[in-house]
Amino acid sequence: MQPITVHTGTMVPLDTANIDTDQIIPKQFLTGVTRQGYGKHLFHDWRYLDQHEQVLNPEFNLNKPEYAGASVLITRENFGCGSSREHAPWALMDFGIQVIIATSFADIFYGNAINNSMLPIRLASNEMDQLFAVLAQDNNASVTIDLSVQSVVCGELEFSFDIAPHHKNNLIKGLDAIGQTLEHADAIATYEQQLASWQ
Amino acid sequence: MAKTLYDKIWDAHIVSQVGADTLLYIDRHLIHEVTTPQAFAGLNDKGRKVRCPEKTVATMDHSISTRSLALDACGPANQLQLQTLLQNCEDHGITLYPVGHQKQGIIHVMAPELGAIQPGHTVVCGDSHTATHGAFGALAFGIGTSEVEHVFATQTLRQSKAKNLKVEVTGKLPIGVTAKDIILAIIGELGHAGATGYVIEYCGDTIAALSMEERMTICNMSIEGGAKAGLVAPDQTTYDYIKGREKAPSAADWDAAVAYWDTLFSDSDAHFDRTVTLQAKDIKPQVTWGTNPGQVIGVDDLIPAPTDFSDPITRESAIKALKYMDLTPGQKLSDLDVSHVFIGSCTNSRIQDLRAAASVAKRGHVANHVTAIIVPGSAAVKLQAEQEGLDKVFLDAGFEWRLPGCSMCLGMNDDLLKEGDRCASTSNRNFEGRQGRGARTHLVSPAMAAAAAINGKFTDVRQFEEQ
Repeated sequence: MQPITVHTGTMVPLDTANIDTDQIIPKQFLTGVTRQGYGKHLFHDWRYLDQHEQVLNPEFNLNKPEYAGASVLITRENFGCGSSREHAPWALMDFGIQVIIATSFADIFYGNAINNSMLPIRLASNEMDQLFAVLAQDNNASVTIDLSVQSVVCGELEFSFDIAPHHKNNLIKGLDAIGQTLEHADAIATYEQQLASWQ
Repeated sequence: MAKTLYDKIWDAHIVSQVGADTLLYIDRHLIHEVTTPQAFAGLNDKGRKVRCPEKTVATMDHSISTRSLALDACGPANQLQLQTLLQNCEDHGITLYPVGHQKQGIIHVMAPELGAIQPGHTVVCGDSHTATHGAFGALAFGIGTSEVEHVFATQTLRQSKAKNLKVEVTGKLPIGVTAKDIILAIIGELGHAGATGYVIEYCGDTIAALSMEERMTICNMSIEGGAKAGLVAPDQTTYDYIKGREKAPSAADWDAAVAYWDTLFSDSDAHFDRTVTLQAKDIKPQVTWGTNPGQVIGVDDLIPAPTDFSDPITRESAIKALKYMDLTPGQKLSDLDVSHVFIGSCTNSRIQDLRAAASVAKRGHVANHVTAIIVPGSAAVKLQAEQEGLDKVFLDAGFEWRLPGCSMCLGMNDDLLKEGDRCASTSNRNFEGRQGRGARTHLVSPAMAAAAAINGKFTDVRQFEEQ
């Protein structure tokens, strides 16, 4: 995992609640056997006017020149709901998104993001309103996320966010979760020894 | 201290505490072709092994054809994914139930049929509908591919505990109202994200009276309310379902197993963080009108207007959904033509679902403008249905009778809708584009789907039942 402590970037807004993982990466792109190459298909149905991804939808924010190069996605409640597909964070990261700031996330997506060193940040609804408002004034507004002090700074605005200590630690140190758990191999073996054969 | 069912299963699976987290032991790992290739690759890259292949159950369900048993029937990408699963299972000593096997099926249909899922188990799968197995009083939840790799390597997951939500349903279900209608009504009540951060326990006399198939339908859609998992306390219905199945505890172990399972219930004074109660008599056959499962109404209710919703974000979602679904506020569902009907998916493809659909199908013929397909959830369900003559009922009524798989629930094969198609579907998600780009999905019960096929528009199945 790539360590992540401070990230500064510009934002792209998707001012919609309940963006599901079928929207983030539709099923026809789930037939891959690697973790690479999904960025091209990110938000396929919204981003392209045709099935073959030849014609960009100029109305979709990710296609607008003013948001080109944005690495922070700002959105609303229940982002990443639905299917457990980890292809969703793979596609977002492959496209260049490093941080997602939203009112709330679906549980599985949140864990998948952390496991890929993409930072999901929850802010209150009124704080999200303020971020959207700043972006409406200035398309190029940049935001700085400092994981070590759990802050989001955007111009005059400064918000703090919550994150579980182990998630924070894993992200900052870029730790391998499996390697960490394997340090508990003895405890796992002890647990298994007390299981009945039929369990 | 009094404990909920969730508390008891959680406590029984603690391997160790790691900081504020718990390392939780996983009893059953269910796998399929879509969410595992990258996990196996990660394992292989690091020279790690699958710790407990005997606790892992593998099948093929998402990327397969429902018209052909050939692995290449849906093109080279799907074929590669299926062959990758074959190779990985062989390399790691995992029993695979591939296409064509008599026990193959949608993972959430075939794993219970094997008797692999037991009360008190922890069950995970790289698939959000893993919640299905909560019907057995097992703590079952969907995970991502990185976590699949973690379970392969360690047979554990690092977890923080969710909150307890009790959903109680009481009273006798009205005629024509099914388990699907119960869960859609519950999600309508909770909202699409209303149960985020919770594990739901479904209880009450209505739930206790349900069959295992019906309980699976309910638990299956827990994720559509945002819940981590859904549970039903095990009882005699559960034990009767499990007994004698291939992977069930054998005769010698059965009594010990039942003695343990009998302890798996929420203590009467256990603490729930939240409780929601529904009266069965108030539940009507449900139809979703929008693009998330919380956007649902009774079949005789009118399509809502955005102004019906006070919360601005819910209102915006309604505006967007009405546009996508091409619906007008105040419209009647019974005026709405359907072009397709899909009866299948891990929600509603078990034998009882097919019996319910057949009981309606035998009263008529699929309308001329409708394409209707029936996709049994497993090879065993298909065989059972054929032994009961249900295939003939469906075929005579103009439905297509297909091979088992996930099929049009998500269309990773060629069972896809086109832009503008409107489908009455027994699946679990009505998201934009879920069944095909620009296609419109309305979630309903199997009986409601069959009635829509015959009348060519949404129909109150209670009218059929009363005939």
